[in-house]
Amino acid sequence: MSIIVDKINYIYEQGTNLERQALKDVSFVIEKGEFIGLIGHTGSGKSTLIQHLNGLYKATSGHIYYDEQDIYDKNYNLRDLRNKVGLVFQYPEHQLFENTIFKDVCFGPKNQGLSKQECEIRAFESLRLVGLDENLYYHSPFDLSGGQKRRVAIAGVLAMQPEVLILDEPTAGLDPRGRDEIFAILKRLREEKNITIILVSHSMEDVAAHVDRIMVMDDGILKYDDTPRNIFKHYKELEKIGLAAPQVTYIMQDIKEAGFNVRTDAITIEEAKKSILETI
Amino acid sequence: MIRDITIGQYYQAESKIHSLDPRVKLLGTLVFIISLFLGMNIWIYLVATIALIAVIKLSKVPFKFIIRGLKAIVVLILISAMFNLFLTPGTVILKVWKITITDRGLQTAVYMVIRLIYLIMGSSLMTLTTTPNNLTDGLEKGLGFLRVIKVPVHEIAMMMSIALRFIPILIDETDKIMKAQQARGADFETGNIIKRAKSMVPILVPLFISAFRRADDLAMAMEARCYHGSNGRTKMKPLRYKSADYKAYIAMAVYLGICITLNIVL
Repeated sequence: MSIIVDKINYIYEQGTNLERQALKDVSFVIEKGEFIGLIGHTGSGKSTLIQHLNGLYKATSGHIYYDEQDIYDKNYNLRDLRNKVGLVFQYPEHQLFENTIFKDVCFGPKNQGLSKQECEIRAFESLRLVGLDENLYYHSPFDLSGGQKRRVAIAGVLAMQPEVLILDEPTAGLDPRGRDEIFAILKRLREEKNITIILVSHSMEDVAAHVDRIMVMDDGILKYDDTPRNIFKHYKELEKIGLAAPQVTYIMQDIKEAGFNVRTDAITIEEAKKSILETI
Repeated sequence: MIRDITIGQYYQAESKIHSLDPRVKLLGTLVFIISLFLGMNIWIYLVATIALIAVIKLSKVPFKFIIRGLKAIVVLILISAMFNLFLTPGTVILKVWKITITDRGLQTAVYMVIRLIYLIMGSSLMTLTTTPNNLTDGLEKGLGFLRVIKVPVHEIAMMMSIALRFIPILIDETDKIMKAQQARGADFETGNIIKRAKSMVPILVPLFISAFRRADDLAMAMEARCYHGSNGRTKMKPLRYKSADYKAYIAMAVYLGICITLNIVL
């Protein structure tokens, strides 16, 4: 599995006065098993970009190759692609519609044309993966709390057993506990299934500690594409485009300016602590 | 696909039509609709076409944008054309098996199609050039005289403005939900009518729920800001006629005059 994005451009509302170029010559390669954070402030084109990856949007120009096949090829089956690239939208709980949680999670596999039995096995498995209490499986999804609903919605995409999972702001509007639960699920997914994950967020703090590669979008351009450690070295430039490095980065910079020789590339509090203790 | 519905959508631009008083545009639309239904007279439609094209040009809304609103009602237009075409009595001009087409049927069908298309174009043009807020302000003031006979004009206007305000939001929401379900492998395009109707359930249920949630939130927000209907409520920007508005009224009167004359004379 690999995704190659080759110079894609996307223009909204072409030919009207609302015309706006959302993506400008974006190119990158994603390999199997990577955990990527896609970051940019509101309107930077990150949501548009991920919707290209499963073929919901068609690029105005440029190509996307999934497993060495051009997804814009006439004979390419986009529904197949959507089975392989699972996309969890922002506020995915707004897409729930069935009268029981279990049935809702079955919706994806059912669309894939699987047998009833197979659908149910997958539903059980993915509900277990997101850690939902078994007593709730046959309740209405509308009785759940916000965080639970979101986990059910994620399970609904997982049940399709995608090779790549893309999540658009999966922690938006959740309390810290709900956020930690989501990250725990992602960790479990990586360990148990080794699936590729792309995490879209506007918060560096959220993704810094978890991902091994960060892509920064600014005004439709892929500005940086590197490891978190290298990305945060540009913290001054990041500020200019409305993003911020994790607070740890700032603290370490301040400590260094105060004359202590600490590592400024620490990205987690643990690392920072270690570095400070070593210096003292 | 769902974004093709342009009714109730505002097109941002600076033009003479955009800056007219909403009351003028409302009455103008009404006059235009009346002229369409005056009679089946080719000259009236010619004048209406010229007027429509002139207003579209003045409004700076791209023609493509106005046409897009028609896609949504193609089926309706076709059905009404069929009924008129096949069920109007008159001199038979074509007969295939049990289906007959009469001269009058053909004529009515053509006029009906033009009427419907112009009707939608005219009214989309109004909503495209008027913000929903302006529109309801215009309605409220324009119909204010009805308050004398205890019609709750303000409340009706408020309801309308909320409904109009929510159309684009719900369209966006539908778009989002459709995409989310498509990402889960939903298929809205293939299959027979029953299968397609069934495939709408995963869209409609979340859409209704979100509409209710939004209604709840909005009601709460309005109450929190002490909204209590029209009593003692003043406007920040009260509507006042400018000279362009009077000119527009005159143009409208001339237009209606021409149409009525044509209807009587020809």
